[in-house]
Amino acid sequence: MTEKFTIVHAGEALREVSAPITPRNVKHRGGEANPTAAALAERFPGVVQRSEVVWGDTSVYVAPASITEVMRWLHDDPEQRYDFLSDVTAVEYRDFDSPIEVVWHLRSLPFRRFLRVKAALPGNAPLAVPSVWDIWKGADWLERECFDMFGIRFDGHPDLRRLLMWEQYKEGFPLRKDFPLRGRFSRAEQLRQALAQNIESRYSMEELSIADAFEDLPPDMRKRLSTGERTGE
Amino acid sequence: MGLSTSPERRTVAYEPQSQEGWVTTRLDFLVNWGRANSLWPMPFGTACCAIEFMATAASRFDLARFGMERMSFSPRQADVLICAGRVPFKLAPVLRRIWQQMPQPKWCISMGACASTGGMFDNYAVVQGIDTIIPVDVYVPGCPPRPEGLLYGIRMLQQKVMAERSADRKIREEMNPDPSSQLYIPPSVIDELGEPFGNSVHQMRSAP
Repeated sequence: MTEKFTIVHAGEALREVSAPITPRNVKHRGGEANPTAAALAERFPGVVQRSEVVWGDTSVYVAPASITEVMRWLHDDPEQRYDFLSDVTAVEYRDFDSPIEVVWHLRSLPFRRFLRVKAALPGNAPLAVPSVWDIWKGADWLERECFDMFGIRFDGHPDLRRLLMWEQYKEGFPLRKDFPLRGRFSRAEQLRQALAQNIESRYSMEELSIADAFEDLPPDMRKRLSTGERTGE
Repeated sequence: MGLSTSPERRTVAYEPQSQEGWVTTRLDFLVNWGRANSLWPMPFGTACCAIEFMATAASRFDLARFGMERMSFSPRQADVLICAGRVPFKLAPVLRRIWQQMPQPKWCISMGACASTGGMFDNYAVVQGIDTIIPVDVYVPGCPPRPEGLLYGIRMLQQKVMAERSADRKIREEMNPDPSSQLYIPPSVIDELGEPFGNSVHQMRSAP
């Protein structure tokens, strides 16, 4: 952690500084696009598939394989400076060719811009997309949640485990369309499995505040912690 | 207990299992009076019910009037567990462990629709009533219950405490399900008895 923090004021890179106003009469389709979309299409021809403006927000469709370079450019380019990753999520469509879209919500604080980047995953391949954890460390839990709910693997993520459900959860990925609302198992079985879970097992060693003092712990607790974590499914 | 009328056997026989007498009932009254009016709640607040619970504890409704002055945030110094809010399956072992950490005598109030039945969250993630995990003494309906409702539930619990008898040996028994018992119902049968479970989207559990 040698990186120094820099203070960013919202809108500091704008040429005309004015107070932000609430947009009114926003159109459903069309309207003024985020200038990043055009710049992105110019910088990465062929990678940006299309872009659209919905309710005033710009969505850019990007090929999944080039996510890393596109995101790196959006973060590093001095004319873009998307320094804040709000959300990583996914949308599933009942479409065989592109069943799942991964969605990144980016915000540029210096330019007061919002950009939605989407990548449609092909249906005939394993659900995987490059992780953006290298660029925004905040992607850690967002990608874990997305993996937990949809089963999308984020390649390059340092610790891709379930986040909301417990690690031994066996019923699948709850936000998939084929997941029944009440889960796959009976209520009794769900309760039995939930009560059988090891409460400590959901924390990694880094998350446990006692991680530094691990060697000083009593042997039984040490054993439980070392076997309980990262059991996987 | 009873004083025998015959002069040769003028002894006091104290058999709490068989019979109760004046002394034990008065002693029970004293103990119960003390317990009922100094319940220390362990707030297990997970959702909006906890907001109403806080309102109940605050000055307008003032839980302290009923001897619940002190919120016990440690289960080891608590008497009554007030589960306010929905409990997801991930929290089920936590709730059960907190209940097991509470010393006897202990009671439980299930506050609100979600804690009592799962409420509107009839889905894969939420426990359908905390009485599937721990025993519950009083259910308070509402979504969330108003503070008056919770106070009414607490008064009901106090009445229940006042009616307890120390002669009742079963009252403090913590039961674990025993598969050899006649009363034991296997989970599969409970599941069958739970039918029908459909909603407007999925009529069968196995339906995609």
